[in-house]
Amino acid sequence: MLDFGLWKRLRDNGVLGLNDRNANFVLVYNQRRNYPLVDDKVLTKELAIKAGAAVPDLYGLIEIQQQVSSFPDIVKDRENFVVKPAEGSQGEGIIVIKGRSGGMYRTAGGSLIDDNQMAFHLSNILSGVFSLGGQPDKAIIEYCVEFDPVFEALTYRGVPDIRIIVFLGVPVMAMVRLPTRQSDGKANLHQGAIGAGIDMATGMTLTAVKGNSVVDTHPDTFNKVSGTQIPNWPVLLEMAARSYEMTNLGYQGIDIVLDRDRGPMILELNARPGLNIQIANRAGLRTRLEAVEKNRDGLKKVEDRVAFTIAQFGAHEARAA
Amino acid sequence: MSKKHLYMLTGILAGVAALVFLYKLFLLEFPLTPGEKTETWRVETRILVQTTGGAAKVALNIPQTAGNFTVISQSFVTGGWGLTTATEGFNRQATYSINKAEGEHALYYRAVVHRAKTVRPPPGARSEEPEIPEKTSYVDAELSAARTIVRAATREAADSQTLIRLVMKQLNTPTPEGPAQFLLQKNPGSRGIAEVGAELLRIGGLPARAVHGLALKPDRRNARFEHWIEFFADGGWQPYDPKTDKFEVPADSMPWWYGRTRLVHAFGTTKTETIVSVREAFEFTLRTALSRTRDLEKNLIDFSVFGLPLQTQAVYQLLLTVPVGILLLVVLRNIIGVKTFGTFMPVLIALAFRQTELVWGLILFSIVLSIGIGVRFYLEKLKLLLVPRLACVVIVVVMIMAFLSILSHKLGFDRGLSVALFPIVILSMTIERMTIVWDERGAQEAFKQAFGSLVVSVLCYLVMNLPIVQHLVFVFPETLLLVLAGTLLLGRYSGYRLLELPRFRVLGGSR
Repeated sequence: MLDFGLWKRLRDNGVLGLNDRNANFVLVYNQRRNYPLVDDKVLTKELAIKAGAAVPDLYGLIEIQQQVSSFPDIVKDRENFVVKPAEGSQGEGIIVIKGRSGGMYRTAGGSLIDDNQMAFHLSNILSGVFSLGGQPDKAIIEYCVEFDPVFEALTYRGVPDIRIIVFLGVPVMAMVRLPTRQSDGKANLHQGAIGAGIDMATGMTLTAVKGNSVVDTHPDTFNKVSGTQIPNWPVLLEMAARSYEMTNLGYQGIDIVLDRDRGPMILELNARPGLNIQIANRAGLRTRLEAVEKNRDGLKKVEDRVAFTIAQFGAHEARAA
Repeated sequence: MSKKHLYMLTGILAGVAALVFLYKLFLLEFPLTPGEKTETWRVETRILVQTTGGAAKVALNIPQTAGNFTVISQSFVTGGWGLTTATEGFNRQATYSINKAEGEHALYYRAVVHRAKTVRPPPGARSEEPEIPEKTSYVDAELSAARTIVRAATREAADSQTLIRLVMKQLNTPTPEGPAQFLLQKNPGSRGIAEVGAELLRIGGLPARAVHGLALKPDRRNARFEHWIEFFADGGWQPYDPKTDKFEVPADSMPWWYGRTRLVHAFGTTKTETIVSVREAFEFTLRTALSRTRDLEKNLIDFSVFGLPLQTQAVYQLLLTVPVGILLLVVLRNIIGVKTFGTFMPVLIALAFRQTELVWGLILFSIVLSIGIGVRFYLEKLKLLLVPRLACVVIVVVMIMAFLSILSHKLGFDRGLSVALFPIVILSMTIERMTIVWDERGAQEAFKQAFGSLVVSVLCYLVMNLPIVQHLVFVFPETLLLVLAGTLLLGRYSGYRLLELPRFRVLGGSR
């Protein structure tokens, strides 16, 4: 039952395993004291603004129970907004509000929530129901992204986002996460969203991963996943490359959403990005990480790093590896 | 560079472990496998007394060499109390005394007992018929009740064996309101049956005595005494066990004291608590260690787990296997890639299995978990905040356990009683984690992780329960340094987890 041939083939193809990622990249390049910068989305937002990157506007922050009653004031002039936990994981606890009806808020899914239900949800966020390890948390109320129609044919409700793995400031691999009916509109691979690989040189989508297998059509819209051009791809690469200076985390994942009017925005950062991105791209991460490690001395400037990505990690290069 | 450091550290740890291990194995001749030890037992009595400030005296019946059992050595820890020993009837009695004492005092008695492996033939030299110290203490109504039973039995008895059976039948199944019931009222339980039985036999003219003994079995932290009868026939004392109605007692039952007295008599104290514990003595008391008089070696034995009180030793025998379970857990998680709830939860569950035994443990674990999950999903509907919700789960888990214990006791399986030893908080966290995984990743993933946790628990239990593992970590605790070294090395393993292979299969190409 043990297939050591497979073991060797994976090694040869440069596939990165969980132990490898943790022992040789996360533990080596990510210092623990920098983790709060990515775990707390409020801090991430501040850093991104400081670095000049676009982020969804922060409408308000609820940090203690007493502030819950001020929620209607915070959103009184807003039709659309998002409520989410600052230290939430896996997209849990996020409510997207798209307009009102009567005195109630209407969610993206179409259901109605009154002020009491919203107050209970905020209390849940504060008590840490959605945070990693259950510590007390803060609730963020922010701008609701009007997503770019580029992925309309490949999305079942929800907002698709683009995950880019950045190693020592070099974008090494990327995928776009497309919500499905099974994932209930969430761009979360664990919940059934699909992830389409991206040609790092051109920003063109490749085939996608669902669970642990490769697919080429969206399970709900039946459209072909590969061959979609992501607009402004070089801008996204530059955003990703700059994120290294923001957090000083050597190995991180950056999640970017495309807004119809305001272009790409940083949604959040992740200090331990998942490994399924390799299946989406049908390529191993390790090969690319080693290439960056070998050339790290020549990759100090953002422009050089972006150029390195475009030259080295295009789809044809990846296939050849 | 950090790798070199790590290899050096593990090398040193392994080297130290190997040196101590080999020294103990070859120079001190510690046994390598559990089978090699002689049948030697350490028995310990710990008496806790609460004194009032005045004079106090505590008398303890101590075991003597009898039958297959030889008392090799004994020691008393008196903590400033005086000690005298004397023979009282059939018994040997140690008396601790003090003129002025206040507060709580712990008095220890320790003995090393050797059990002959072959069952000894009946004593060759016929001893004379013993003098029974007192024929009976019964008077008035009790005496006439006793006579009623004995008279009926002697009328039907053909010999001493049938006499015993007839008398004991009356005591084992007393008719309500009958004379046997009357005699047992003041002296109930198996102890009463043995004591009253011996008394009745004496009235019937057969020299007999009640025996209070201890079963020498591994790991008895709070051992309870067993009671049987000995009668004098064919020039020797013969056993009779009222529980089985047989003229033999289990070979591991060591007689401790005789007659109607209690184990401990205390005077001038307000509270007395006695704990008797037994464990197998690994330490070569007989052939090797006793003959060794060099100070270094003596200190080495003294300054080890064997120097601890027996009760604590039993705890450590359990505790010292935990690192082995943990090492296994690291292998299963980081090399195989099994997913479990909580990092060390499976090891704790495995510890609980030791008390409940495997099959029962699995059944109880599954029942508690499934009821708990049901309750947790119901609580979800009530929209409770995190901490109170967790608290509710803990409370429910405690109640489920109490209910299961009562139910299984009523149904006659006493195994269920040990469910209480399950780590309650760990179980509650497991329930919480499982519902969250269920919600976020679906039932399939939740069951996968629950199954993974159970498999790991069972494997840890099986490994931690291997006699050779228990023996090695207890007799050679330095093997834990090897376990530590192995765990350190595993900490730098960065190869694939075996379960990642199928996950990444599509990336393997078709070469």
